Amino acid sequence: MATGTAVAAGRVERPTAPPRPRRRSRIHGRQGLAGWLFVAPALLGLGTFLLAPILLALWVSFRDWSGLAPLDTSTAVGAENYRDLLVESGVVQSDFAKSLRNNLYYVLGVVPAQTALAFVLAVIVNNKLLKGKAFYRTAFYFPSVTSSIAVAFIFIFLFSPSGVVNVLLSALLPGTVETVWLNEPTGAIHAMLGWVGVDSAPGFLGDRRLMGLSYWEWLSGPSTAMLSIMTLAVWTTTGTFMLMFLAGLQNIPEDVDEAALIDGASPRQRFFRITMPLMRPTLFLVLTLGIIGTWQVFDQIYAMTSGGPQKTTLTPAYLIYREGFENSAMGRSAAIAFIVFAVILVFTGVQRWILRGRD
Amino acid sequence: MPAVRRATAYLVLTAAALAFVYPFVLSFATTFKPRDEVATHPVLPWPLMPDSRAWENVLVHSDFPLWTLNSLLVTIGATLLRLFLDSLAGYALARLDWRGRGAVFGLVLAILAVPPIVLTVPRFLVLKEMMLLNSYAGLILPLAVDAVGIFIMKQFFEGLPKELEEAARIDGANIFQTYWRVVLPLVRPGLITLTILSFQGTWNEFLLPLIVVRASPEHWTLPFGLSTLGRGGAGGQTWDYPVMLAGSILTILPVAVIFIVLQRFFVRGIASGAVKG
Repeated sequence: MATGTAVAAGRVERPTAPPRPRRRSRIHGRQGLAGWLFVAPALLGLGTFLLAPILLALWVSFRDWSGLAPLDTSTAVGAENYRDLLVESGVVQSDFAKSLRNNLYYVLGVVPAQTALAFVLAVIVNNKLLKGKAFYRTAFYFPSVTSSIAVAFIFIFLFSPSGVVNVLLSALLPGTVETVWLNEPTGAIHAMLGWVGVDSAPGFLGDRRLMGLSYWEWLSGPSTAMLSIMTLAVWTTTGTFMLMFLAGLQNIPEDVDEAALIDGASPRQRFFRITMPLMRPTLFLVLTLGIIGTWQVFDQIYAMTSGGPQKTTLTPAYLIYREGFENSAMGRSAAIAFIVFAVILVFTGVQRWILRGRD
Repeated sequence: MPAVRRATAYLVLTAAALAFVYPFVLSFATTFKPRDEVATHPVLPWPLMPDSRAWENVLVHSDFPLWTLNSLLVTIGATLLRLFLDSLAGYALARLDWRGRGAVFGLVLAILAVPPIVLTVPRFLVLKEMMLLNSYAGLILPLAVDAVGIFIMKQFFEGLPKELEEAARIDGANIFQTYWRVVLPLVRPGLITLTILSFQGTWNEFLLPLIVVRASPEHWTLPFGLSTLGRGGAGGQTWDYPVMLAGSILTILPVAVIFIVLQRFFVRGIASGAVKG
């Protein structure tokens, strides 16, 4: 109400006096108060459930705390949690190394696949002469809006030993395929090397170690179980990214394309010289979101494999849960979270640098 | 477009659509199959010996109805709070002139960059300290405001002409009245977009219930309850597929209905992000 009268008073004043600095600052002051009042509840929420907890967790990552006892009974351990994960050899370190390896293959497989598939589908759906666009768009996007656990269950069923995937592969390949997908720990690169007769680590790869894993173990490739989860990830995220590409394609001004057409550019030239360069911002966004998303894979792992078989689907996100909430090592769990954060920053930074380098 | 290329385009799209749609169709059919038929006829999209065992298991012999109610409560609570708080903050950032606005917006952008998985331990910590573990408040409050929503609402408010607010002020409305009666009704598309994002996100949220109400079955929400369904033991061979899939179909259903009715708002949410990004 006070604001209302101030505005009314201002209206009366306006015809007589030119706006004086003092009056302006008073109105500014009213908006200043309102501005803070309007953002206060949001800030309170973000502060209580985001900022303060993150700082608290950073502090916990330097302590030994079970998560069960009161927080003030925890003890300071310096950088021990980080040391256990990164330097000190032992099962903590090798589990963390495995989780990084598994997730690295997951990112390297899923991000290019979902980006390429989304782009191809977007280009086809964007064609003006095509009928039934709405249906295709809906069909591709629908999996993205569904519950991750429900989709995980559908994929457990599809990849079951007598399931659709094996039936399909048996029809396409010679012989009967009876892969127990979610229980098969062999890495894809190891398997391929096995076909050419390399079944165990050559000496120079088996002896050297990084973070407790031999180079041979680092080079395993994603396990069969992980490949199933990667397929699921591509299936659920492609639709979202297709819509982003579609929005980007529809945002290309038509006159640019027409100008190229008048200048005699072929469809192929228009696609590679006009469309592709103009799509770079969208590509950038899709890759960034893809990297951020794939480094956080958790729900599917929890529902489908719990990190198994033989720890080949362990991911940092799953370790955060397992260490903190099943093994009562909350300090270690917090430390993993901050390392993952750093990894995501590095990856998006590298991607940014690569895309910029092409200019 | 040449006929061959058009045919290729349709072929690619149809094959892809089949890969995206068939799993849902097949899952639905499988819920009516007896367990042995699931193994003998895994690809058939209808049951040979229809059987309602899975549905009885889910609807009568599990806590599915309770999980559904919990999910509704949490989703509606979080969504209403988010609509109010996000739009209030978005309006202040888009339209009001106050000292500190730039700093607060910078903070919102910084929060946008925090990957959610990093929040697992922090959220548990703060909810434990506030004694909110194993409560509905613990499931709702962390989701009651979000940086993405503030950002989206700010964009929508910035798209409105300023004259309307000025007219309302001159007519004697105060800032809150102007916001509530004049501006908010004009950003209905924005509010619907935010409602959908929030509804879908909260309905599907899995990690938060896992860390907050795991020990308290009467607070379980759908995705967490679902994750306990049909699992007979370690390994994977004892999974009861019809039961798991019946639960999955029911969990997907509400979002599917909203998706089909309000599809253009889903697309708008994604598209605005894509173009602005």
